[in-house]
Amino acid sequence: MSRAEAAPTVRPVSPWWTLGLLRNELTTTFRRWRTLALLAVLAGVPILVGIAVRIETGDGSPPGGGGGEGPAFIAQITNNGLFLVFTALAATLPFFLPMAVGVVAGDAIAGEAGAGTLRYLLVAPAGRTRLLLTKYATVVLFCLAATLVVAVSALAVGALLFPLGDLTTISGTRIGFAEGLGRALLIALAVAASLTGVAALGLFVSTLTNSGIAAMATTVGLLITVQILDQIPQLHALQPYLFSHYWLSFADLMREPVYWDELRKNLGLQALYAAVFGTAAWARFTTKDITA
Amino acid sequence: MAPYASDDSTTGGEVDEQHSRRRKAARYVVPVTVVGVAAATIGLVPALADSGDPDLPKITAQQLIQKIAESDVEQLSGTVKVSTDLGLPNLGGLESGLMSGAAGGGESGSSADPTAKLTELATGTHTLRVAADGPDRQKLSLLENAAEYSLIHNGKDVWAYDSKSNEVYHGTASDSPERGKDRQPPATPKDFAEEALKAVDDTTSVTVDGTAQVAGRDAYKLLVEPRQSGSTVGAITVAVDAETGTPLKFTLTPASGGAAVVDVGFTQVSFARPAASTFDFTPPKGAKVTEEKDAGKDFGKDFGKDFDKAGKGEARRHAPEAGKDLGEGPDGMKTIGEGWNAIATFDTGGEGVPSGEAAGQFGGFLDSLGDKVTGKFGSGTVFSTRLINALVTDDGKVYVGAVTKDALVKAADAGK
Repeated sequence: MSRAEAAPTVRPVSPWWTLGLLRNELTTTFRRWRTLALLAVLAGVPILVGIAVRIETGDGSPPGGGGGEGPAFIAQITNNGLFLVFTALAATLPFFLPMAVGVVAGDAIAGEAGAGTLRYLLVAPAGRTRLLLTKYATVVLFCLAATLVVAVSALAVGALLFPLGDLTTISGTRIGFAEGLGRALLIALAVAASLTGVAALGLFVSTLTNSGIAAMATTVGLLITVQILDQIPQLHALQPYLFSHYWLSFADLMREPVYWDELRKNLGLQALYAAVFGTAAWARFTTKDITA
Repeated sequence: MAPYASDDSTTGGEVDEQHSRRRKAARYVVPVTVVGVAAATIGLVPALADSGDPDLPKITAQQLIQKIAESDVEQLSGTVKVSTDLGLPNLGGLESGLMSGAAGGGESGSSADPTAKLTELATGTHTLRVAADGPDRQKLSLLENAAEYSLIHNGKDVWAYDSKSNEVYHGTASDSPERGKDRQPPATPKDFAEEALKAVDDTTSVTVDGTAQVAGRDAYKLLVEPRQSGSTVGAITVAVDAETGTPLKFTLTPASGGAAVVDVGFTQVSFARPAASTFDFTPPKGAKVTEEKDAGKDFGKDFGKDFDKAGKGEARRHAPEAGKDLGEGPDGMKTIGEGWNAIATFDTGGEGVPSGEAAGQFGGFLDSLGDKVTGKFGSGTVFSTRLINALVTDDGKVYVGAVTKDALVKAADAGK
């Protein structure tokens, strides 16, 4: 069994077959109750934030006590519901979103191993590399889905509770609502891209163990550790290399003109994490003894 | 299965085992290589990008200063990185608390008040964006985490917008165009360079120190050094754009060595006219707007005072002529010495720094920040930063300057 990948593939695998594999993976992942519950929690965050801001500002007082505390953009929500999208993403990005991604990524390989289904997946002529790539693609698509769930839920709540219209960028200039929506979409994509590093990390952890729970806990634990390290001023030399360091750079898309420096750094860093932990996961998964 | 694995001799099994283990290990070379390549790229790219100073025609220091003076760039936009390391004691939250209390005048408290905000520039590294279109339209934005603080001057109006708290501060610049300028602490390399060149006299050596690339443009480097000893200023380098004469980078290194005290430079610059919409500002719906009059004070005047009161006059006097520029400070100010070694002195009429027993815990706290010194003048406390040193004598006299501790003590001895 340990040499399943060494068995020569007689029949060349068509690309459609790979797509079929991906589709199977996606349906399995998104049909899971656990995944749906995670998405429901993510959709709930903007509702909570929206209602809280609505109640607090019901008497006309500015939110956040005017001191500028709270998640980014919270002060602007009352004038424009579109800002709820940005606030909700800023509120969920540090923890809820990566946690959900960590759960899905950690479960990807280890969950199958734990349930004893991994060997059946490998019996099909997919090859381990292909299976791993499919798993990673599924997790990345989950990143996008989770981010869009937050954004769409926030947009709906924002439109319901607050006025919409032209908005003021954080640089003080005005842009139309359509451009605002376009930027909201760009921001959602930037947030989803920010999560690809954690996804690769989670996938690597997932190849190390046969217990899905252990992989999820490790990924989420690493996430928390990195977030804490990012707060310690003495470690500032190290911080630019922590995957969460540039996460909030998505807010730079709301500047006029857009400030690309940190966005670019963020994307580069995520690509680096994806490359390092992706190849590490490949090295581990293709050489590992599959016993379950 | 490898063909020789069917051989049941023990050596064959071991070889197989070793072989497979080596093959496993070989795969881990891939992630390690990725890490290595990334590290090499991070290390090498800046070094490669820096290489090659541009070849420019020779120019004398005089011509270069002339060029700066004649520079008539009116349209400009770009990103400026400001790093200040004054070596102020790091008081963390306490400091900013004191600062905003002192600078904001307490109760008037709009977080968009420029006075409160721009003092932040005195420490750390900040990214600014500047845009200018003629003398009437300028914009200065301080980029923060997921927020921005913008100062917009458009014709008669001066707007300040703090996106974090969604607060707006509105003033007018109509009465005197210069006043709007005075309000801002120096922020662009040009502001700093002008301050520095004011100090050029016979106590200063000015030379052209080669060329450099700044923000992708060819620039001359102007090196300004004090001739006298005793100054804490080591050297000032100004990179001047070869084409337009605009200062692009300003670096002040202390005589004590180490990192620059002030380093202000464009990381990106364009001399095209910025979009007109850049300078348009209408307060967003629901934003709290504080009018200059509402704040109940002429803040242009109070600015300097509050600044000094807060004990951070440095921010305003990054420039070497610390002593000279204090004209508007507390009453009874005198200047001793000239050029780089100028020392400002004034009599507080008080009793110096409250010492440990007299002032309880607060006194102890102050003592811990300063060093006790004694001399012919009596005794006092020296508060030092990497650039500015201040001596407060026990009989209430204060000596401040961009000079060494010894020079302060000497000045105090002479003043006795």
